[in-house]
Amino acid sequence: MGQGLTPSQTVGPFLAIGLPWADGPFVVPPDTPGSIVIEGRVLDGAGQPVPDALVETWQADPDGRFDHPDDPRGPGLAVASFRGFGRSATDPDGNYRIVTFRPGPLPCPGGGTEAPHLDVSVFARGLLDRVVTRIYFPDEAEANGGDPVLTSIADPVRIATLIAIDEADGRFRFDIRLQGDGETVFFDV
Amino acid sequence: MTANDQRDDRVARCRELLLPRYAPAAGVHPPLDTPAYQSSRLRAPGQPLVPLPQRLTEITGPLLGPERVTVADADLTAGHSGEPLGERIIVSGRVLDSDGRPVPDTLIEIWQANASGRYAHQVDDHPAPLDPNFTGAGRCVTDSLGRYQFVTIKPGAYPWRNHYNAWRPAHIHFSLFGRAFTQRLITQMYFPADPLFALDPIFNSIPDPQARSRLIAAFDIELTQPDWALGYNWDIVLRGRTATVFETDES
Repeated sequence: MGQGLTPSQTVGPFLAIGLPWADGPFVVPPDTPGSIVIEGRVLDGAGQPVPDALVETWQADPDGRFDHPDDPRGPGLAVASFRGFGRSATDPDGNYRIVTFRPGPLPCPGGGTEAPHLDVSVFARGLLDRVVTRIYFPDEAEANGGDPVLTSIADPVRIATLIAIDEADGRFRFDIRLQGDGETVFFDV
Repeated sequence: MTANDQRDDRVARCRELLLPRYAPAAGVHPPLDTPAYQSSRLRAPGQPLVPLPQRLTEITGPLLGPERVTVADADLTAGHSGEPLGERIIVSGRVLDSDGRPVPDTLIEIWQANASGRYAHQVDDHPAPLDPNFTGAGRCVTDSLGRYQFVTIKPGAYPWRNHYNAWRPAHIHFSLFGRAFTQRLITQMYFPADPLFALDPIFNSIPDPQARSRLIAAFDIELTQPDWALGYNWDIVLRGRTATVFETDES
């Protein structure tokens, strides 16, 4: 049971000294044709914005592939400038923003398909370990309906916290509520 | 191939997908709900975490390496017009997984207060001096054996508002990626024999005292450079993975 592992500690209030990158929010370069924007707010249990959080995303490319040695299928044909990884510190109003491609669906070991999604880590003062959630897409009802992670959650109100809101023109809103009313589903990975 | 055929092909291949599996971290990390740490009260989730099986997104991760760092980034005492004040130190160690394998070519990012216990951040109003020659951020990439090394200044302890007369033990924040989303870790490295350990709710949020002690670097005379800097050794252990045979029907 985790023998010898180094435990987590909070990022504290000053992560802005060490973690933000100028190109962090750009999983693909700005103005890349076909790119989308995912943006939202991180909110605490009182509904107040969290201005000192860091939101990180990790996702497949549009072909559903990862340019990574542990993806046994090998990389897809997506453009080389696709990093897969996004990082955005929140602003004073708790807003984060990521520019990326829509990920493709993913095969599951043993069968089945995962709907297009991004894995998300949230770090902040007050969080002694990261919290992990997922972003799914609202116009993928059929794929979402067969997704093994979404279907493992019984309450449709909770499932809805994992699905971004389409704001048209390639913009999606995904708010992250750490606690209380409308609390986002967080995962143990 | 039609879109449907492609999808069927993908489903067929997925039956052959054999993925590594990362060891559980149960019992190691602090519980998110730790009331003694006041900032957790409105930020720790109240609902139980939902199990997320490790699939493709979780067993892969960003492989960020040399393209994000320069050699100078590992020396926090450089890059300014003069030398920072304080006790110059070398912090070095290895990044390993829990099976003892080194984690090579992985990005490490650190940040810290200056020798007076003040962060170069507008929100820090601790009435201790800023140091114009110290920003407190560093980066490096582990070598082929998982080794890393930073040159910096020993950070000072500093007060915070968690409770009356609360002080944080001196620490350096460390951020690590490993090679998979499951291995992502942000933590803090502490210094030996700090009298504030017993009083610090963040350090003590880790339930297992042995796990807690793994955050404390060891003074190392071998690493210490004569007439120049004290050496501290600190190894970081990320979740290990079971050996895996990959199968694929791709040529």
